[in-house]
Amino acid sequence: MSALLNKKYLPFYATVLVFVAIFLIGGATYRNFLSMRVLGNILADNSFIIIAATGATFVILSGGIDLSIGSMIGFVGVSVAVLDSLGWDPLSSAILMLIFGFAFGAFQGWVIDSLDIQPFIITLAGLFLLRGLCFMVTVNAVPITHEWADLYSDIRIRLPGKGLLRSSAMVMLASLAVAIFIAHFTRFGTNVYAIGGDRESARLMGVNIRRTTVMVYAVAGFYSALAGVVYALYTKSGYPLAGNTLELSAIASVVLGGTLLTGGVGMVAGTLFGGMILGLISTLIIFNGSLNSAWILISSGVLLFGFIVLHRFLVSSFDIGNGR
Amino acid sequence: MQSRAVWPLLALAVILIVDGIISPNFYDIRIVEGRLFGNLIDILYRAVPTALVALGMAVVIGTKGIDLSVGSIAAISGAIIAWRIQAGDPHGLVLVWALAAAAVCGAWNGALVAGLGIQPIIATLILMVSGRGIGMMVNLFYGGTDPSFQSAFLQGLSTGSVLYVPTRLFVFTGLFLLLWVLIRRTALGLFVEATGGNAAASNIAGVNARLIAFVAYVICGLMAGWAGVILTADTHTSDPVSVALYIELDAILAVVIGGGSLAGGRIYLGMTVIGALVIQTLTTSILISGLPPEYNLIIKALVVLFVLVLQSDKARQGIAAALWRRVRQ
Repeated sequence: MSALLNKKYLPFYATVLVFVAIFLIGGATYRNFLSMRVLGNILADNSFIIIAATGATFVILSGGIDLSIGSMIGFVGVSVAVLDSLGWDPLSSAILMLIFGFAFGAFQGWVIDSLDIQPFIITLAGLFLLRGLCFMVTVNAVPITHEWADLYSDIRIRLPGKGLLRSSAMVMLASLAVAIFIAHFTRFGTNVYAIGGDRESARLMGVNIRRTTVMVYAVAGFYSALAGVVYALYTKSGYPLAGNTLELSAIASVVLGGTLLTGGVGMVAGTLFGGMILGLISTLIIFNGSLNSAWILISSGVLLFGFIVLHRFLVSSFDIGNGR
Repeated sequence: MQSRAVWPLLALAVILIVDGIISPNFYDIRIVEGRLFGNLIDILYRAVPTALVALGMAVVIGTKGIDLSVGSIAAISGAIIAWRIQAGDPHGLVLVWALAAAAVCGAWNGALVAGLGIQPIIATLILMVSGRGIGMMVNLFYGGTDPSFQSAFLQGLSTGSVLYVPTRLFVFTGLFLLLWVLIRRTALGLFVEATGGNAAASNIAGVNARLIAFVAYVICGLMAGWAGVILTADTHTSDPVSVALYIELDAILAVVIGGGSLAGGRIYLGMTVIGALVIQTLTTSILISGLPPEYNLIIKALVVLFVLVLQSDKARQGIAAALWRRVRQ
């Protein structure tokens, strides 16, 4: 019981509370909002953002940042689509792109640690590079026509109350479960928290900083690539501008999910709720019909503000951060 | 000349020399319709918005901070311009409104960072996410379905020319000198660098580190506001969704290429401008080289990586050690 009341989990509880509150407000305002159907749609529509944000959670927990997420989604999407037009099946191209994502992330992590350059700048170069590669692959929107893509979108589980758990949502939940396991039940996960909390202490305690950093960015690259595959199969197309500025939504999901950007504090499961909160806001504004898309941006900003201030006061009053 | 200035200048020189080889009349400058024309002028002309934002960014980075919201601030100041011109304000006053809005945005960032002690990258993320929405709301607020405007004064500042030279270069030079005097001829620059170097130590030494950080964000907001004025007056319309998109990334790159470290403690105003020129020269070079524009981002990424590797002490030592081993063998 006392473990459940640990102050470290307060931001996570706050996130879940806000999610439930917004869902209930939506339910009170609009008929049919409070349903498994809406929940299933939000899960599916935001699956790729949440997958990417799950990978970004590792980077942020380690005290770094990854700006290359959106471009990775775009690049993987166009690659899968173009490979599809060359006769590849989606499974083979997906495996190829996941390997690429892992390797590209590992390379970014290696450069960050070996050259001692800020992650912000290296992954910014990664953002430019991958977006440039998108346009090298194709400048057009390319459809994905392989029959397996149709098969993928046909997989669904019926939920009570006309709800559907689509394949994208299933991939998302599965990858989230794997991430929770990695973060909380493996030595690598503990090392990530350690170097995010205090890099120097972690090094003195024998954590291999180089290997952990490389793995952190590799995991993030893998999850971004997976998000790209899910995005491509969900929309059944590849488009070179896809995923533009999506790294921001991913980082916002992580922050809303209760992870501190200073590193070392947070829960991977929180990112699911962070991403769902962003999805709920857009859904609410679409349900309203008369509100302009500016409201999505502004309300996301207001929520971010609320959470960041909350984190700030939690950190100073309970000293759960690393004192920065 | 200090060694840190060598690499960016070398990069700029190499790009310009390659340009001269690719396109023999690259350096030509002509006078057409009472103003200078040519690739070199074009590079200076187009680099102005990024360079303005980068100068403000250099000051913020000097405090060990960062400002991601500069593009959104430019969008807000652009929206204010369209709104106040359609409301019939005198155009000089419109400029004041736009810059005042930008200063308020900077003060908001400063209050979050210096007042509440929030990490700069998160604090400015809030305005980055919501700022373009605020710009869109301003456009809707006065019922303007068409946020376009005509203003001889503002368009003169942005796209006009005086004595054959584009006016915006005078605007830029004026702002640069103003900032330079503020940073290098008053104690402000010293205080900013002290704050960025070690906030706790400078606080004990009597520097009000919070106030200094706050002022830095206001300066950055004002510079971003100026960029918004130049860009919005150029297109005669407020377009909060896409104006100055990714300018924060180019501005941060310009500062880093110019030798500024994100670890804070240093402001290099002149080298930051060189950094912005490197980025714009690269973009222009790719355009005139006849390469498909798709290559633009890739080449930019590779050049950035190259400059970063050259600047990294660890990398230089590693390369030097490898070369030395080879020589000795």
